[in-house]
This record gives sequence, C-alpha cells and structure tokens, in this order.
Amino acid sequence: MSNIPSDLRYATTHEWVRPEGDGTFTVGISEHAQELLGDMVFVELPDVGATVSAGDDIAVAESVKAASDVYAPIGGEIVGVNEDLEDSPELVNSDPYGDGWLFRIKADDADEVEGLLDAEGYQNSIEEE
Amino acid sequence: MVDFHGWEMPINYGSQIEEHHAVRRTAGMFDVSHMTIVDVVGEQAQNYLRHLLANDVAKLKERGKALYSGMLNEEGGVVDDLIVYHFETTNYRLVVNSATRQKDMDWLNAQAEGFDVTITERPEFAMIAVQGPQAKEKAAGLFSSAQNEAVAGMKPFFGVQAEDLFIATTGYTGEAGYEIMVPNEQAADFWQKLLDAGVAPCGLGARDTLRLEAGMNLYGQDMDETISPLAANMGWTITWEPAERNFVGRKALEAQKAAGTDKLVGLVLTEKGVLRHGQAVKVEGGEGVITSGTFSPTLGHSIAMARVPASVGETAQVEMRKKWVTVNVVKPSFVRNGKSVL
Repeated sequence: MSNIPSDLRYATTHEWVRPEGDGTFTVGISEHAQELLGDMVFVELPDVGATVSAGDDIAVAESVKAASDVYAPIGGEIVGVNEDLEDSPELVNSDPYGDGWLFRIKADDADEVEGLLDAEGYQNSIEEE
Repeated sequence: MVDFHGWEMPINYGSQIEEHHAVRRTAGMFDVSHMTIVDVVGEQAQNYLRHLLANDVAKLKERGKALYSGMLNEEGGVVDDLIVYHFETTNYRLVVNSATRQKDMDWLNAQAEGFDVTITERPEFAMIAVQGPQAKEKAAGLFSSAQNEAVAGMKPFFGVQAEDLFIATTGYTGEAGYEIMVPNEQAADFWQKLLDAGVAPCGLGARDTLRLEAGMNLYGQDMDETISPLAANMGWTITWEPAERNFVGRKALEAQKAAGTDKLVGLVLTEKGVLRHGQAVKVEGGEGVITSGTFSPTLGHSIAMARVPASVGETAQVEMRKKWVTVNVVKPSFVRNGKSVL
C-alpha cells in the first residue's frame, strides 16, 4: 500500500497538489505513480512564466519503462520548477512528496483545488484501476 | 512480477538501475530457469546440427566449447537464436529461448527426420546467471574444490559439467561470469548462498538494459521468423564455407545476400529522452524502425538498435513523441566490461 498524505489534494492522473498558503501550489506525482513508472531517468519541466490550464500536459516524467505526461491539476502561471531534477531525476522515486516535487503554480482560481480529490478519493481511484 | 511466457518473473527486485550497476561494477544474478535446455545425442548429432544451424558446429573442436547460432526457416528467417555446447560429435547441449519453447521443440523434432539423434528437453535443471567483474570470485566460494578445479582457466564461451552443476562462461550482459545449470531441488539454496555472498538479485528490466548495452539481440524484438539474420547483425553467425553444407535456409539466405538487406545499427541520443521499441527512423535512402531502445544506465543517455536500409549514413532521425530528433548512428555495441565502447 503506497503512502497518500492526507494534507494533499490529488488528480486522477496521479499528480498531487500542496497549498503553500500564498496562492501558490506545489505539484508532484504520487508515490503510487512513481512505483508504476519505475526508476526515473529524465524529467522535462515547463518554463517558468508559462500560463497553463487544468488538464494541459505540461511536463514529462520519463522512466526506464515509459514516458508519461504530467498534467496541470489547476490553471495558473508556473512560478517555479524543481531544477534539482535535471541532475537527480531519481528524487521523484526516493521522495515523491518532498524533494521530488516538479513545479509550482500560482493559481488563477484557488477554488479549483477544491475540485480535486482528497486522499481518500485518490485511494479509491487507484483501487478502481 | 509479470507472466513471462508462463514463468512468473520479476521486472526488478528494487531499483532496476541499481541492479544494472551491480552487474557492471560488482556482481549480479538472474534466475534464468525459463531458458529451455535441450540435449542432442546420437551417432548423427553433428550432421543433424550442421543441417539445422546457420553456424557450423564442425568448427567446435574442444570439449565444452560453445557457439552462438541462428536456427533458420526455409525462407531465411530466424526461428530462434541459441547457444550450442559441444562435448563430442555425438553429444551436444542447446539452450534456446523460453518464449519460443514449443515452436523450437517442434522444429527440432521435425528437422531431425532422417537423422539418428535423440532430442531431450531437460526441465529438471534451473539456471542462474552470475555476472559482473566479481561474479566468478563470488561464485567460486560456492563451488566444491572439484568444481573450482573444473572451471580454473576456462576461457569465455565454454561449459563444463562438474558434479551436480553445469558451469558455463557465457552470459547476456557483456560482463565476465557464469551461467550455471543447477538441479531444480538445489536452486533455491544456491540462490540464497549467492545472495549471502553479496551477489545482487536482478530482474528482467536490468537484463534488458544490460544486453542492449552489450549489443546483444533479443528474439522477438530484434529479429524473428520474418527477419533475415543479415538484417539482424547476425551475419557473423553464418558459416558459408564449405559451400556444400546445405543448412536450412541457405538458399534463401544466398538470395537475400545477393539482393542486399536492411542492416541493424546502433543509435545514440545524447540529449534528453529515451528511444523506444517501435519508433520510426528516417535515414539516408529510406525508413526503418527501432527494434530495441532504452535508457543506458552506464552511459547516462539513451541507446537503441534499429533496422534500417543499408544506405544509412552517420546520423538518423527518430520520431519521438511527435517530434523528429537527430541521433548518431554507430555499430550496435555500446558497453563492454563496464566501459563505453562508443
């Protein structure tokens, strides 16, 4: 059973979202997602300053097994990306909810986050797969 | 765990990349008990194999010497690739793929018509491959003194029966080491002892990245029944002389050679991204396809094998995720004994 922190929100496409309290939201992929993908070898991140809408494919997590699109869980502006992943993509495997974060979004509409799954809802969505 | 042609096998035990590095740097092991072991014994065993295989077992003079060969159909396609060990001209052992087990057994038996040979599958053996720069030293700790004596000074691509074990200096990784046939009932204990000796267990994922770095073909992916060995970097496994040896597929192969075939090349991508099986390739003079592609843990970038027109130049274009990316074309061999050969 993989770890699903209860203080985060989730998209059915396996992204997690953490409110930073200043209108920005940090996004990564769940422990379950990194387990499915296996060892990460490259992560392609969006450009800082880019404007994204919920559901856009804006990053790529490429593992030994497959390349997987990562979707913007909410709309807004990209205000930061995890540059450590350039040299250490394995952080996504070793610390998916911490040092393995992908990007930070300044939300256009913070209420959009309320439409995402909570931990229990995400757990259920995994079990249905 | 995945169902691999009826065998339950792990893709990885932990990190696939760490397993890969263990084989390149120290020692790793693979449970390859799925491989099919077949003994060919009888008065005409040598003649039978000279008929069956594109490579020529008559080249094998020393006891225990092994040979890699394709087994072709009449159309010059590859039924399977295999290793044959020579003990005597009346006694050989084959190791063929598990994915093609039933097809191979049917083919071996069908081609045996008219030859005085007995073909016997040996499912009572498990097989464990121990590979890496420290593999032999770690395995030596498990061998009896008679077994250590039997393998002392054994050159690459030989096999020897030593008490209960058949020990061969073969492998599928480009590293030194052994492939060891163990009676089934001893296999779990043997595995545990290797584990205790510090040999890292490795799954199918690392097996694939290791063999691809070493430029070794995977049956069903880099070649199959519809592909000529000449288009699969297996030209070196065809023994054309003597011209009167009429092995299965020879006539078709001669016609293919005269007409020209595609060739299997290596591709190297040094920027981000991973080349994958099935991606389209454009080269000078035509189009081809990636037969095997992966991220190379040893090199830190992606490598692939591709079947392309022989007119290929020094670069190629690969369609990756709807974009055409330029890659370098090299010989299909990337890493040997832990080092880049690019």
